[in-house]
Amino acid sequence: MSNESFFLDEEEIPFAEGQTIIQAALSAGKYIPHLCYHPEFKPHGSCKLCTVRIDSRTITTEDGQTVKIPGRAAASCTTPAQAGQHVESETDELRDLRRTLVQMLLVEGNHYCPSCEKSGKCMLQGLAYDLGVMDPHFPQYFSKREVDASHADILLDFNRCILCELCVRASAEMDKKNVFSLSGRGNTKHLICNSESGMLGDTNLAATDKAANVCPVGVILHKRHGFEVPYGQRRFDKAPISDNAVQYAPVKEQV
Amino acid sequence: MGNVTSNGIGPDDSGAVQAVLSRHKHDASRLMQILREVQEGLTWLSPAVLTAIANGLKLPRARVEGVAGFYHFFHTESLGRYRVLWSDNITDRMAGNADLMARMCKKLWLKPGDVSEDGLVSVGTTSCTGMCDQGPALLVNYRPITRMTADRVDKIVDLIRKKVPLEEWPSEYFLVEDNIRRKDALLDNGLAPGDALRALKSPQEMVDTIKASGLRGRGGAGFSTGQKWEFCRAAVGTGANAAHYVVCNADEGEPGTFKDRVLLNSYADLVFEGMTVAGYVIGAKKGLVYLRGEYRFLLDKLNAVLEARRAAKLLGQSILGQTGFDFDIEIHLGAGAYVCGEETALLESLEGKRGVPRKRPPFPVSSGYLGQPTAVNNVETLASAALIAAKGAAWYKAIGTAKSSGTKILSISGDCQRPGIYEYPYGVTVAQVLADCGARDTQACQIAGASGLCVAPGEFGRKIAFEDIPTGGSFMVFDNSRDMFQVARNFVHFFVDESCGFCTPCRVGTTLLKNVMDKISDGHGGEYDINDAWRIIRTLKTASHCGLGQTAGNCVADTLQKFRPSYELRLNVRDFEPAFDLDSALSKMREVTGRDDPGAHFHIAHRKSKSGVGAKGGDAS
Amino acid sequence: MNASAPPPKRKLLVATTSLAGCFGCHMSFLDIDERILDLVELVDFDRSPITDIKHCSPNCDLGIIEGGVCNAENVHVLHEFRKNCKILIAMGACAINGGLPAQRNSLDIRDILAAVYAQPGRGVHIPNDPEIPLLLNEVHPLHEVVKIDYFLPGCPPSGDAIWKFLTDLLAGRTPTLGHGLIHYD
Ligand SMILES: Cc1cc2nc3c(=O)[nH]c(=O)nc-3n(C[C@H](O)[C@H](O)[C@H](O)COP(=O)(O)O)c2cc1C
Ligand code: SF4
Ligand code: SF4
Ligand code: SF4
Ligand code: FES
Repeated sequence: MSNESFFLDEEEIPFAEGQTIIQAALSAGKYIPHLCYHPEFKPHGSCKLCTVRIDSRTITTEDGQTVKIPGRAAASCTTPAQAGQHVESETDELRDLRRTLVQMLLVEGNHYCPSCEKSGKCMLQGLAYDLGVMDPHFPQYFSKREVDASHADILLDFNRCILCELCVRASAEMDKKNVFSLSGRGNTKHLICNSESGMLGDTNLAATDKAANVCPVGVILHKRHGFEVPYGQRRFDKAPISDNAVQYAPVKEQV
Repeated sequence: MGNVTSNGIGPDDSGAVQAVLSRHKHDASRLMQILREVQEGLTWLSPAVLTAIANGLKLPRARVEGVAGFYHFFHTESLGRYRVLWSDNITDRMAGNADLMARMCKKLWLKPGDVSEDGLVSVGTTSCTGMCDQGPALLVNYRPITRMTADRVDKIVDLIRKKVPLEEWPSEYFLVEDNIRRKDALLDNGLAPGDALRALKSPQEMVDTIKASGLRGRGGAGFSTGQKWEFCRAAVGTGANAAHYVVCNADEGEPGTFKDRVLLNSYADLVFEGMTVAGYVIGAKKGLVYLRGEYRFLLDKLNAVLEARRAAKLLGQSILGQTGFDFDIEIHLGAGAYVCGEETALLESLEGKRGVPRKRPPFPVSSGYLGQPTAVNNVETLASAALIAAKGAAWYKAIGTAKSSGTKILSISGDCQRPGIYEYPYGVTVAQVLADCGARDTQACQIAGASGLCVAPGEFGRKIAFEDIPTGGSFMVFDNSRDMFQVARNFVHFFVDESCGFCTPCRVGTTLLKNVMDKISDGHGGEYDINDAWRIIRTLKTASHCGLGQTAGNCVADTLQKFRPSYELRLNVRDFEPAFDLDSALSKMREVTGRDDPGAHFHIAHRKSKSGVGAKGGDAS
Repeated sequence: MNASAPPPKRKLLVATTSLAGCFGCHMSFLDIDERILDLVELVDFDRSPITDIKHCSPNCDLGIIEGGVCNAENVHVLHEFRKNCKILIAMGACAINGGLPAQRNSLDIRDILAAVYAQPGRGVHIPNDPEIPLLLNEVHPLHEVVKIDYFLPGCPPSGDAIWKFLTDLLAGRTPTLGHGLIHYD
C-alpha cells in the first residue's frame, strides 16, 4: 500500500497506484453503493449506483455570498483514485440520485420480491433497503420477459435482469466459456445464451461455473434450491448491505 | 437471393458466407463489414448464417448475435426484399413524412414495422438520415431517396409491387444534392490534391503549426486538434502489433447535420489529405474512415478517390516519393447507430463489436483502435487541418474570433427558403445566419442537433463560436407555426431509439422521459409529470456514461424554460393524472364479454390515448 | 381547566380497504397486538373491514389501502379514497407494484379467461353480468391511478413496521423504516 491518499466525505482514504475510488474506499471499510462492481472483476461502470462527485469547490462571490460549485460526477468504480482529491458520496443529492437509479431498475424489470428465490440476499433489494426506497415511483414497464428452464440445473428468470453483465464477464474471463452475451440495444437490450436455439440447455454452462453463481439478483438460479434460509435469517435480514464494507474489497490485483 | 430457410443454411448461402469470410481473411475485428456484406447478399442474417460466421471467425456465437442485434441496419429476421425506412427527423416530420409514410403503408396493405405477407417489403422509420435540406427522405435497402412526394410514393409502391430491382429504379430518385449556399476559406480553398502534403514540414513543426492555428475539433467536443495530435504522437504503441492510427469520424448522426456528407461527396481529397497529414504527424501508417451506414451510397465514389490518390502517389508507400512516408486509408461502414459517433463507441464498432462507449481513462490518444494510440477526428476537422498545412497557421488564425479560429460549416434545414450548406467564419450571429438562409417569423433555432441548444428570439444576437454557441454544425429553424413541445418530443424519441443501453440512467431514463412527453402530448400531463421530467433530466445529466445520455434531456430542459406555454397549454388542470388510459384498460374484457353498459366504462377523469399504437415523436406542423 | 395545557388533540379519522390484495396486510395490522389500544386513543376508524362501514366519510385524515388495482371496482374505490382522505398510504407489495396479482400481466387477460372458463365440451363462457366488475387489461399499482402520499412496503409489512410508520406519521414526522423494518417481502 502506498502512502498516497484522497478524501472521501472528508475522511482520509489511502490508496495503491492504479486503484479506483471504490476499490480504495471499500478496502478502507467505507461503503459506496454499487451493483455492477464485483470484488473479483474488472470494474464495468454501467449501473452508475456508485456515482460520486469529485472536487466540488466553494467560492465567494463579489457580494460576499458563498456558493458551492459542484464537482464533476463520475462512477467511482471506474475512476482512478488521485492523491489529494476530495470525493463526496453521502450527500443528499447523490443519495437521491441513487434512489432514482434503483427505482429505474425496479420499474424496468418485473421485481416481485415475495415470490423471488433471491429475496433476502439480493443486492438490488438490499441496496434499495439501505437507500430507503419505499416505492418504485415511476410507472412499471410490465415488460414481457422469458423464463428459460431448459438447463438441467440452472433456471433463468429474465424478469429480474438488471443487465450488470457480471455473468457475461464471469463466463468470458473466469470460466472461458462465453455462455452469456448481450443483444439488442437501448430499451431492447437483453441477455442471450451462446447457442443457435438461444436456450441455456444447449450451452456448456455447468452449475459450478462462476457465471452460474455470480448474479446479484434473481435471474440465474439453481434448480431445487429455493427459499432454503428462513425469513429473518437471510443475509440482509441480519445485516444491512452497507455493513462491513471490506467484504466488497477487491480480492486480487485488478488490471 | 439465397435459399435460406428459417433454420437451415443452403449450400449457396454457405458459399456466400465463406467467400465474404475469406475476403476478410477470417479476421474477427472485421465482423461489422462481414455482417454487412453477407446481409447484402442474403438479405438477412438467419440463425444458421450467424452460426457459420461465428465458426468462421472462431468467435462465440452469442458475440456475433449480439453485434448483429445492436445495429439497426442488421436484421436477424427477414424484413422483406425491399426494406423501406423513412427518415424521422423533425425536419422530415415538418415536411410531411408521416402522411406520406401512411400513404405508402396503406397502398402496400402494411402496418409500420410489419413485413408484407408475401415477404416482399417492410416499411418503418429510422433516425435522421442526413438529408434534412432535401427531405422528406427515406432509405430503400439502405440507399437514400430524397424529396419524397405523394406521387413518388405511388410510383415507388408500383416499382416494389412489380419487384423491379433497385438498380433499375429511375436514377433521379437517388439524387442527393450538395446545396452549397455559402463558401468561405474551406469550401473555397483553391487547393489541388497534394498541395497540403507538398507543404509539409517536420512532424513536430506540423504539430506546432496546427496548435498555433487554434484549430479545435469540429465534431462537437471542441478539443484542440494540435494538442490531440501531440498527445497521440507522444504515446507509444504496445505489443507485437504496435502502431498508431488515424480515424476519421464520418458517422454524422446528429439530427440536422449533413455537412460531412457534402465534404465527402465533393471535397474527399481534402479530407483524405487531412488524414494523411495527421498520419504523418502522429506516425501512423493506417487511417480508417468510419462512414455511417446511411452514407453507403458514397462508398464507391470514395474508394475511387482513394484509388486515384494512390495512383498519384498521394497515398500508399513512399508518398510523394518520400521514403518512409507510408500511409493508406480504408473505409469502414457503420450500420445505423448514432452512438457510434461517440469516439470510443466508434472504436468498438471499428473493432467489430457492439457500439458501446468505453470507460475513460484510457483515452483513444493512448489506447484507441486495437488498444493502440489513435487520433479520432471529425471530417471537417481533418479537412481544415489540410487547409492549415497548405496555407499556414497565421493565415488561418486570422479568420474567425480570438478564441475560435477558422470557419464553421453549418447544415441548415427547417423553415427557411434556402436550406443547405453555409460556411461562415466563427463569430457570425444567429440573426445573420437566419437572414442569409431566408428564414422568416423564426421562433426558435435548434443549434448543434437534438443534443444541442434551443435558441429563442431574444438570443439571436448570440454568436456561433466555441465561447458562445458551439456546434457540430446542425442548425434547424422553426417558424412561428411550429410547436416547440413537439420538437422536443421528437428529439426525446430519437434518444430512446439511439441509446446504447449500457448504463442505467440513459437506458431507462430516456424511455421514462419519452413516456412523460407522450403523456403530456395526449393531454394527460400535470405538474406532477413536469416534476418527474426534471428529476429524470437531472439523473441523465449527472449519471450517464457518455454524451448521449448526458445531453438527452437538454431539449426538454431548454423548451421547458424557453417555451413553457407550449407545455402548459397541454397540461391538465389536475396535478395528477393516471399513468395509463383507464377506459381502454377495460378493452379486452369488453371484447370477451361483449359488454358495453355504463359499468363497462369509466366516466370519471381518465386518460385517453390519442397518440395510438406505435405513434412516434410529434408532428410539429 | 388549566389554560396553559395544550388543547386535547382531535382524533384522526382513518379509513382502510383491500383492493387486489389478500387481506394479509390487514392481518398484519392486527399484529400490532396490544398497541392497537394505543392506536385507538389516537384514531377513529371510518370505512374499514374492521368497522364494516361501506363508504368513506368526507374529510378522513388517513386512507390506508392494501392491494393493487385489478378491476373497475378497484378504480372506483380508490377514487373514493383519494377524494375523501387527506393522506393516502399504499400499504404492502401489491399496492406498491402490483405484487403477485400483477404477475398475470405477462399473459393476455383474454387467454387467461379462456383457460379459466373453458368447460370440457361446452366451449368458453366468460361471465358478462353487469354486476361483475370488469378486469383491467393489466394489474396496476395504486400510484399509477391516483396520487399516493406515502408507501409502506412489505408482503405484508410487519406489525412493527406498521406501528413505526403510523406513529411517525401521527406525530407529524416523515415516516422512515430502518434496517429490519423495510422489507419488500
Ligand atoms: C453521442 C455522440 C455522438 C457523436 N457523434 C459524432 C459524429 O457524428 N461526428 C463527430 O465527428 N463527432 C461526434 N461526436 C464527438 C466525438 O466523440 C469526438 O469528440 C469527435 O469525433 C472528435 O473529433 P474532433 O476533435 O475532430 O471534433 C459524438 C459524441 C457523442 C457523445
Ligand atoms: S431480484 Fe431482487 S429485487 Fe428483484 S424480485 Fe428478486 S429479490 Fe426482489
Ligand atoms: S443475469 Fe444477473 S448477472 Fe447476468 S446481467 Fe442479468 S442481472 Fe447481471
Ligand atoms: S449514456 Fe446512453 S448511449 Fe451513453 S453509454 Fe449510457 S446508455 Fe449508452
Ligand atoms: S458499481 Fe460503478 S457503475 Fe456500477
